Amino acid sequence: MDKDEVPQDKASTYGGHRKLLYATDEQGRYQGVQSYGWEAETTATRAAIAELERQQDEAWERAQEGLTAPLEVHMYNKRMDLPLLAGAAGIARWRVRRHMNPERFARLPERLLKRYAEALGLTIYELQQLPPARKSL
Amino acid sequence: MTVFEHRQSAHCESGVMSGMLHHHGLPVSEPMAFGLSNALSFAYLPIVKIGGMPLIAYRMPPRWIINKLSKRIGARFYSRKFRNERRGMDALNRLLDEGKIVGLQASVFWLPYFPDEMRFHFNGHNLLVYGREGDEYLISDPVFEEPVRCSAADLQRARFAKGALGARGLLYYPRSVPDNIDYAQAIPAAIKANHRIMTGAPLPVIGVRGINYLADNLLKTARKDPKRLPLYLAHIVRMQEEIGTGGAGFRFLYASFLQESSEILSNPGLSDAASALTAAGDTWREFALMAARLSRRGAQERINELAELLRASARHEAAVWKQIDAVGY
Repeated sequence: MDKDEVPQDKASTYGGHRKLLYATDEQGRYQGVQSYGWEAETTATRAAIAELERQQDEAWERAQEGLTAPLEVHMYNKRMDLPLLAGAAGIARWRVRRHMNPERFARLPERLLKRYAEALGLTIYELQQLPPARKSL
Repeated sequence: MTVFEHRQSAHCESGVMSGMLHHHGLPVSEPMAFGLSNALSFAYLPIVKIGGMPLIAYRMPPRWIINKLSKRIGARFYSRKFRNERRGMDALNRLLDEGKIVGLQASVFWLPYFPDEMRFHFNGHNLLVYGREGDEYLISDPVFEEPVRCSAADLQRARFAKGALGARGLLYYPRSVPDNIDYAQAIPAAIKANHRIMTGAPLPVIGVRGINYLADNLLKTARKDPKRLPLYLAHIVRMQEEIGTGGAGFRFLYASFLQESSEILSNPGLSDAASALTAAGDTWREFALMAARLSRRGAQERINELAELLRASARHEAAVWKQIDAVGY
């Protein structure tokens, strides 16, 4: 890539920062060039975030109807999915899945709640509450 | 307090290693750190899932650069993980008080100095700590333009986040750094090792063959699971560009290494290989741009064109290693 072709598409995903890319000058010599962002990368990052938000909203709706526990909403809220949460809490996936049953979640012993709370960076009290819907945030 | 000169890098691990070696009087550029550790790769790993998508890697796994580079140049590193978080923080403090600069592995998500939209759960991030001020750590994070700060509580959480690639508080620093590097020996050995990774793997999903495998997989996904295709394309672009790769999934970084090597060893063949890899990188960028656009609309109709770009990248990369053969490595 030519250093004049290094994209400078100001991207909110960079939060005003610049990343370093490697590109060539007129003589074909490589050097580090800072970039404010690239349309292709921004599109991809946004798509991943939008997918997590979609899952979060959908889980929130189900939690409102009492079909899933706040745990699932918190999980997406922290950009995790089931394997990630299971890994971070050190609890097997099938157990995490079971714990998303609202009744079961309400009965969870303190020691398990503590592990989920730590993995998600929440207090046990926060973990037990359904967070506000994302759009109202 | 230790004086440390921050320098921005494309990639975290090669950046930390380059920064540490500079600090200890051995000026090794980031591309040289990356190249000498033969860290360039390609792997399509459907068994390892990230957000339900296959892992697509353009480099060797985390900690590879630290281990390979130190062996290659004869540096000795101290590294340690911790069961107990408190002890892990105490050990860091002690080392900083001794005036050492310390490398850490941490989770990107729990580091608040990252812009919100870049915060994903990747536990294999590397950074350098060079001091402490009150409750805050002074950090040289290689992918940032300037040094940053992080509170003790946040840093502890990031160091001890559990799960895949969990750092378990890993810290490291060089115990001894050589006065110079025998490039005439180290460069050919590193390039040979990378040659084997890219062309000699026994599995069809690794190296140049892996790129063609991914092209086939795109066509298969379009046929069998078209709904998943847009997100899949976005996922591939993220793996290639978002995660500090210096552009085109580390291809430009490695090309820069080949060019630097060509000058050090006065070997014009390596410069030709660098140009060939630049061409491969440009094709990867073209692929990413098209893939990102198609992830919005039209993926199904133009998937053949997109897969063809991947195959073109594979052809370019095969040419790079042919060129390396011609050099005699």
